[in-house]
Amino acid sequence: MATAAEALNASDDQRIGTKPGTMLLTVRVRRFNPEVSQDSWWDEWSVQCEPLERLVEVLHQIKWHHDGTLSFRRSCAHGICGSDAMLINGRNQLACKVLAEDVGPKVTIEPIRGLPVLKDLIVDMDPFMDEYRGVLPFLINDSGEPDKERRQSQEDRHRYDDTTKCILCACCTTSCPVFWGDGGYVGPAAIVNAHRFIFDSRDEAGRERMKILSEKTGVFRCRTTFNCTDSCPRGIQVTKAIQEVKRSILFERF
Amino acid sequence: MTTTHTYDALVVGGGGAGMRAAIELSDKVKTAVISKLYPTRSHTGAAQGGVCAALGNTEEDHPEWHAFDTIKGGDYLVDQPAAMLMTEEAIQAIYQLERWGLPFNRTPDGRIDQRRFGGHTAEHGERPVRRACYAADRTGHMILQTLYQQCVKRNVRFFNEFYCLDLLRDEDGTTAGIVAYELATGELHVFRAKSIVFATGGYGRMFRVTSNAHALTGDGPAVVWRRGIPLEDMEMFQFHPTGLARLGVLLSEAARGEGGIVLNKDGERFMERYAPTIKDLAPRDMVSRAIYQEIQEGRGGGPNGDWAFLDISHLDPRVIEEKLPDITEFARIYLKVEPTKEPVPIQPTAHYAMGGIPTDTEGRVVTGPDEAVVPGLYAAGECACVSVHGANRLGTNSLLDLVVFGRRAGDDAARHAKDAELAPLPDKPDAHVLEQLNGILGRTAGDNAADIRKELQDNMFDLAFVVRSEEGLTKMQSILGGLRERYDRVAITDKSALYNTDLMETVELGYLLDCADALVGSAVARTESRGGHYREDHPLRDDANWLKHSLAYRNDDGSIRLDYKPVKMGPYIPMERKY
Repeated sequence: MATAAEALNASDDQRIGTKPGTMLLTVRVRRFNPEVSQDSWWDEWSVQCEPLERLVEVLHQIKWHHDGTLSFRRSCAHGICGSDAMLINGRNQLACKVLAEDVGPKVTIEPIRGLPVLKDLIVDMDPFMDEYRGVLPFLINDSGEPDKERRQSQEDRHRYDDTTKCILCACCTTSCPVFWGDGGYVGPAAIVNAHRFIFDSRDEAGRERMKILSEKTGVFRCRTTFNCTDSCPRGIQVTKAIQEVKRSILFERF
Repeated sequence: MTTTHTYDALVVGGGGAGMRAAIELSDKVKTAVISKLYPTRSHTGAAQGGVCAALGNTEEDHPEWHAFDTIKGGDYLVDQPAAMLMTEEAIQAIYQLERWGLPFNRTPDGRIDQRRFGGHTAEHGERPVRRACYAADRTGHMILQTLYQQCVKRNVRFFNEFYCLDLLRDEDGTTAGIVAYELATGELHVFRAKSIVFATGGYGRMFRVTSNAHALTGDGPAVVWRRGIPLEDMEMFQFHPTGLARLGVLLSEAARGEGGIVLNKDGERFMERYAPTIKDLAPRDMVSRAIYQEIQEGRGGGPNGDWAFLDISHLDPRVIEEKLPDITEFARIYLKVEPTKEPVPIQPTAHYAMGGIPTDTEGRVVTGPDEAVVPGLYAAGECACVSVHGANRLGTNSLLDLVVFGRRAGDDAARHAKDAELAPLPDKPDAHVLEQLNGILGRTAGDNAADIRKELQDNMFDLAFVVRSEEGLTKMQSILGGLRERYDRVAITDKSALYNTDLMETVELGYLLDCADALVGSAVARTESRGGHYREDHPLRDDANWLKHSLAYRNDDGSIRLDYKPVKMGPYIPMERKY
């Protein structure tokens, strides 16, 4: 391991982030604007950018200097807010967590699938949020409130840690072939958020949630394709969480 | 076609402060929240390190120590009664979040775990104290999620992707409503309400290097400013020392709370020279200035010699994995640096607005030196200035501010809405907004908004950042004048009604220009150095002349008028700030 001083004295070229020069990135985007056409079309731009430029900033360069009509959601630009989920080279990712050099020299960007496209890369998130709301995504505990905090052991806290990371970006749900199907599946994100409470020792409504998820739109629609886990920008073991909920339901005999 | 909605209370902004206010309101009166983002996209979610309260779970602590730290950390520009109130109420506020399900990290006996944070000390500066309650390094994410969950539970009415474009007041100045733009359709909506709570967040996007989301464009402060409300202490902006180099993405102070240190290019832990007692855990303004000085003296690293380094490589990998996972990932993804093995290049980054819409401790907006209450108007969170942060906010106190004063604003807004009548709307309430939007949409050729924004950000970074001077600030004023003229000629290419983000980004640029006007105008006048406002031509704090809050008003011709009001003092007499 390099000592701190050795690492500091590394030449600038060794410090990626200062890599000189620019690269040419060809960006192909599936466009849609119902005010223009009922059909989608493709546009392509070639943009000079730094190799470590975030794709969301490349999209900004296009929007700001080539075509102001290009429309997409974004906010934090560092993978926390969950606004800019897109289908990038065939994979659901956040445009702010993809660097130009990782996808160059050519990148294809489409809206995430399974939700109605409203304009360009903007989809209707309401159906997704409705599924989330359907699993009672809030702590339920009617056993009276303590004066201070409820106690929870470190082990119990750790039990549901992974699923607390969800930012509701919809990368998982809109990568799921079952969700693309007839729309009768709550989708991975809703299950992740149910998991977060089912496995929280402070919560008392796990059985209620498991009942909801044992219905035909629930967890047993999952075909374990692992697309959700592969696409989660927060690294949540989504499929594992779904399996844990399935097992709990079987164990509880709903 | 403009639609009119009527509610008892309206919250503008769906982040932490707005949702906390909405939870309080929705139990009591008919309430709606308008938010330009889906609420879970709000920047509260980017807060990392923790939220402080003197729970004393791991060592002795007291709200009074927390209040002292807050006041001293704010370089005595803090209203002391407000800070004492906040630090007292902090304890119940944290317990409430826990009871709502917030997954705090735990002590071995199952209580909320606490860790060290910059400027938080025991016994009035004697030594660092473990006061920050946290959920790994995603505390803000968990607060935002928890508050949204509670809104879902209460079935709070949200209007998502609605932008606030104007404040409506009747002839007496009473709050009558707002005009909002629906992004999905391009339609205008008038929301009438007896109480309106602004909770729109900050305006860090006026600077080139910032930790702030693209959405943080000062919408609330600018909208109310245009309608006669002053903005308080706008010159007080926090530059966080540990932004990821070039990008400004925040690397939490929790890294230093857990034992991380800041190095110059020689590998020297230079904070030992600047703050001998608490070293790397000195408040953010001091560490940012220390980095600046190291750079000035030729000890900065990187291609332009303007970087310092955050080193956590000596920490136990398990600590990094369990307590600092997100920031570790940021360094790996964005700079391709491995923080467990090598120091991470950092730069001070524009982080937090201490100033904003002036309020009292009930969240009521107050104007003038005599603090006249504007009936029905409230503000909370980063867009507000209570003032509990003074000239420099302590780490974690932003999250505390938004839960404590979000609740208080919601509570008082509900009380007001129960007693008050709806104020009459002005004739053609949307006329002003229509004129503004049609002006932008109508021009077929003109200036490019992105170019103006870039010049604003570059120049604010060069002239109004960590170190300021009269020369630089007056130059910035003249640049702002030129940018304003160009803004009035802006043309955009997207003329569509649906999801016209081109149009809204242009409106947001107007808000940024307003906030920059107020910031620079207040900064050039304040001929002293205090907290985040450092003037190299006036390097010392000047309590005789400047222990007072700035109030910037916008004149009808667009120029600025400054006024001042006294700081509310308390038990703590200003003393030299040493750590």
